[in-house]
Amino acid sequence: MLTEHAKVMKALAAAGEIAGRKKLQKMIYIAKKLDFPFYEKFDFHFYGPYSEELTCRIEELCALGFLHEVKEKKSGYMQYRYTLTEAGEQFLRHYDWDMPGLAECMQAMNEQNARFLELVSTVLYFEHLPKDEVKEKIAVLKSKQRYTEEEIDEAYAYIEALRSRCHNKARV
Amino acid sequence: MYSGGQLDEEKVFKDPVHRYIHVRDKVIWDLIGTKEFQRLRRIKQLGTTYLTFHGAEHSRFNHSLGVYEIIRRIIDDVFVGRDHWDHSERLLCLCAALLHDLGHGPFSHSFEKVFRLDHEDFTQAIILGDTEVNAALREVGDDFPQKVAEVIAKTYPNKLVVSLISSQIDADRMDYLLRDAYYTGVSYGYFDMERILRVMRPREDQVVIKRSGMHAVEDYIMSRYQMYWQVYFHPVTRSAEVILTKILHRAKKLYEEGYRFQTKPVHFLSFFAGNVSLGDYLALDEAVILFYFQQWQYERDPILSDLCQRFVRRRLFKYTEFHPTNEQMEKLIELTGLFKKAGIDPDYYLVVDSSSDLPYDFYRPGEEGERLPIYLLMPNGELRELSRESVLVDAISGKRRTDHKLYFPADFLEDLSTKRTVKKKIMEILKG
Repeated sequence: MLTEHAKVMKALAAAGEIAGRKKLQKMIYIAKKLDFPFYEKFDFHFYGPYSEELTCRIEELCALGFLHEVKEKKSGYMQYRYTLTEAGEQFLRHYDWDMPGLAECMQAMNEQNARFLELVSTVLYFEHLPKDEVKEKIAVLKSKQRYTEEEIDEAYAYIEALRSRCHNKARV
Repeated sequence: MYSGGQLDEEKVFKDPVHRYIHVRDKVIWDLIGTKEFQRLRRIKQLGTTYLTFHGAEHSRFNHSLGVYEIIRRIIDDVFVGRDHWDHSERLLCLCAALLHDLGHGPFSHSFEKVFRLDHEDFTQAIILGDTEVNAALREVGDDFPQKVAEVIAKTYPNKLVVSLISSQIDADRMDYLLRDAYYTGVSYGYFDMERILRVMRPREDQVVIKRSGMHAVEDYIMSRYQMYWQVYFHPVTRSAEVILTKILHRAKKLYEEGYRFQTKPVHFLSFFAGNVSLGDYLALDEAVILFYFQQWQYERDPILSDLCQRFVRRRLFKYTEFHPTNEQMEKLIELTGLFKKAGIDPDYYLVVDSSSDLPYDFYRPGEEGERLPIYLLMPNGELRELSRESVLVDAISGKRRTDHKLYFPADFLEDLSTKRTVKKKIMEILKG
């Protein structure tokens, strides 16, 4: 019970601290696309894949006192930072299973910025299409982000690297 | 080809929410007549809510027509001739509005969870596959089905078109709030949609609302908030959802264990095996599911039989508030053990249900880059996020409200003819 909450908590525990809801959304989406067993439903939104279910789950975890949310004013907008609380760590002790490879994967993603993770998640969203078509999609759908060819190639290479890092994963 | 083809005479459908639904385009008329669209008559809009609000028997068919009608009014009465609006997208918008829920299955919330399916994948498959819907769309143009599929998947290049069908203030939400309020009989879903439509303005990437229409939007936001807590997330409806989900889990498990069903689950076999074809998916509607539940009441397996009886006879689980703090989690572990001792399988009869299990989204301005909020168009042409102008929206969108409940079969526990001591202990803990 509350297994899906625990999975999100495990991901956050592995990452340490996540700065920004957008970043958090993209990290869980990417992990899901790498076959980690996250079952939140994602849709394509203005800023790439987004899950309302995940937003609600994070709100619940904050309300329960398992996550600490700090609201910070950035230049012209608000940003939220998330860390596990002591109660959250205690909650996780009820779940003694592990998702092998997840910690490494979350830590690696947390080193990237939200803009790049938005690109990576968008590439993954369209990965059933040939690379040229994906590039076209990004040029049209993400025109304001002005991603370069090099950044898109970098995103592909990054996905490959992440996949090989965590190929030895297991299902809960 | 009949791109822009009109019917000789306008067709109208009477509708309790919008009074009339007007159809002038031949492709819309043809789409409504397809077998895939007619199937939506057999899928209820609100799933198990009819067990709480007996009027809630309306279907995805009604709702889809309603969304189409709202879009038609926006385009034909408000947007036509305005900057940023490309009228050549009209037919595309109308078709996407009509077909946006095409892939919904029976009781789709529970069904998708149990079988790890996504109705949006089936919407795409119906529009792009060998179907009557695809044939009707192809009459407009060979690439037209693809365009409709992209609008519904929110990946169409014209973001204004996408935002009409799917955004924080879109035709889908406006129709379901008004329609669900009407059929459930509650009063708090009402808002002045006509006023909102009149103050909608097209912009490059999305629809915005004139500042003068802010109070109508406030009502809409309040309606979303109230409907979520009073209707969509009603604890009795959730109890029915819990039982429905457990029936599907039980049937799947029995199938995997080689159990010999008296009523063989023919229509479920590909779902159990995880290789669902489009044909299998379309063959399953709520009438078919309810037939099995009716029959499975008499199965030899006591759990499947009991759960089906509960659903069919509306003998639902009771609930208690459950705030999953660490202390409560310890109690839950203890309860799980006691249920086993009492001979009641906790996998089916002790269930925690959380608000995030049913994420109807209520409005939050969110963070930069998280999702697109509602923008007000100020008299000076500036755009301002709604909650920065509206004290009311700021108050409710800044407030976090979550809910967790623990569901259990009170009738089993109150039957003290067996396992009296352990059942009493369970009830003591549940009553807290």
